[in-house]
Amino acid sequence: MKRMLKYTLKRLFIMVVTLWVIITLTFLLMISIPGSPFNTDQASNETVQANLEAHYNLDQPYYIQYLLYIKSIATFDFGPSIKQPNQTVNDLLSRGFPISFELGIITIALAVVSGILVGIIAALRHNGFLDYVTMGIAVLGISIPNFILATILIQQLAVNLEIFPTATWRSPAHMVLPVLALATGPMAIIARLTRSTMLEVLTQDYIKMAKAKGLSPWKIVFKHALRNALMPVVTIMGTLFAGILTGTFVIEQIFAIPGMGRYFVESINQRDYPVIMGTTVFYSAFLIMMLFIVDIVYGILDPRIKMHQKGGKSG
Amino acid sequence: MERILEVNDLHVTFTTYGGTVQAVRGVDFHLDRGETLAIVGESGCGKSVTSNAIMRLIPSPPGKITKGSIVFKGEDVTTYSEKKMRAIRGVDISMIFQDPMTALNPTLTIGTQLMEGLKEHKKITRAQAKEKAIEMMDLVGIPNPEERLKQYPHQFSGGMRQRIVIAIALICDPDLLIADEPTTALDVTIQAQILELFSTIQERTGVSIILITHDLGVVAKIADRIIVMYAGKIIESGTKREIFYQPKHPYTRGLLNSVPRLDTKEELKPIVGTPPDLFSPPKGCPFTARCPYAMEVCDKVYPAQATISDTHHVDCWLQDERAKWLLAAKSLQT
Repeated sequence: MKRMLKYTLKRLFIMVVTLWVIITLTFLLMISIPGSPFNTDQASNETVQANLEAHYNLDQPYYIQYLLYIKSIATFDFGPSIKQPNQTVNDLLSRGFPISFELGIITIALAVVSGILVGIIAALRHNGFLDYVTMGIAVLGISIPNFILATILIQQLAVNLEIFPTATWRSPAHMVLPVLALATGPMAIIARLTRSTMLEVLTQDYIKMAKAKGLSPWKIVFKHALRNALMPVVTIMGTLFAGILTGTFVIEQIFAIPGMGRYFVESINQRDYPVIMGTTVFYSAFLIMMLFIVDIVYGILDPRIKMHQKGGKSG
Repeated sequence: MERILEVNDLHVTFTTYGGTVQAVRGVDFHLDRGETLAIVGESGCGKSVTSNAIMRLIPSPPGKITKGSIVFKGEDVTTYSEKKMRAIRGVDISMIFQDPMTALNPTLTIGTQLMEGLKEHKKITRAQAKEKAIEMMDLVGIPNPEERLKQYPHQFSGGMRQRIVIAIALICDPDLLIADEPTTALDVTIQAQILELFSTIQERTGVSIILITHDLGVVAKIADRIIVMYAGKIIESGTKREIFYQPKHPYTRGLLNSVPRLDTKEELKPIVGTPPDLFSPPKGCPFTARCPYAMEVCDKVYPAQATISDTHHVDCWLQDERAKWLLAAKSLQT
């Protein structure tokens, strides 16, 4: 337990450093793109613009601005949005995040659970009809980008057949299409990976040994095989989470979902610096947390993976 | 003595893209309670397939028992349903695998893997299962069993792991233990310990053992009777004494000659050539092509079984009355 705590603290420190690197890079990118939040405003004259810049501290030298950003992040107060009057960045985040989170979590849950199940079924029916059908669909799922799939789904299921609503985020029925569009790719990747590792694990000696113990096929698959087969799946989970996260930007745009993704994209276009900073930090922190959880799960699944440096004794 | 197992005319084939492999081609043998039977032969002769057939663990497809019966305690298990077979596996017949490094699941504790068979088959509380597990760990000679139960396979050495595999196999008190090359993957010193363990266990539990090996040194230590297999057939069988001191089949002699000896400086005599292709096994004796005594008839007709004694049988034309002169002549030459 003490080791676990030490490991967690070490990881937390690394996470903070990672976050700082991301913040700094984002800041550098932000100041290097030309333009300012007020350029597009036709009504503003030079005095107004200077006043506005002073109000948002944009007239300060870059290192002061940088320190101000760091301070705002450290205090979890990202300040007011430049483009959305009377709204702080925190307002935007607290409104957008629950929706984006819902979309992301449902997508991940669907992709992981159904991907693994399909993979197992395909492996158990190796070279059978189900194997060919599911893997054929999986190849399609990997090949079609989510924004294409989203438009196809809208056209067929929402416009032609009128089964689901076309856009927005209000009821469970509204969630079906965006989640499907977003989950199909990761689901297909997980299914194919689960299938191939499962096939490999099923030929291992310890599976034969489990059979020789007279265990039921159910126990052999779920207790002995799956745990080992999931290791590579857990490994790619981090990458998939990142993929789903960036996928939400596009999907939220297509389905007009009022999540964080929209603010993120809009803020970049409008040079809404505080919002860019706030959303980036938020997304990064979230992804880093997910990766941390993945690593913890990895350690739980395989006892050989040590959370600490000193190895166990061998007899 | 009670007869535990009787295998009659067992045939096992594997269907592959290249054709049908006849891995086991008519094997007969029996095993009594408390007896140790060794099945020897080089790789690919059908030893493991035979033992897997007894457990009905041949992957199917492609494998299939095409003919014959396996009578275990008076019942033919080849007719059993998969469900009925599961009730026997691990309870009445257990198996020990060759490589202890891969036979244990790396993600489960030793305790879980040890008690799982017990929980599956016997109505037993957790505490009772644990007690039995500790008893088994003691039997196979693992110190601090209580603490060790909580550990994972990677925390054990190869020899210790094989002891655990043996403990797992024995935990439900089986009548028959099939050990498929149980010492091949171990150091020589550990090998001796494990063989010692087999003897101890048999003394204490009275379990019958089928030992599959290509190591005649192992056989000499613990077997009561020996079966020599070649190309899917039993070519010679007899007591340990008969096989070691009066081997009749040229192949058996070849095997014995290819065991390294410390007491002579003679060069090791390997058996030249390779076993026949079992996609299309030869009509006659499969050893003909490698046999120094081969006669014209060997290639054409499979020899009838010759009885040397009640326990000693051999499939070889040299035992035919009409061939005795050849043996005499050959022995003069050497």
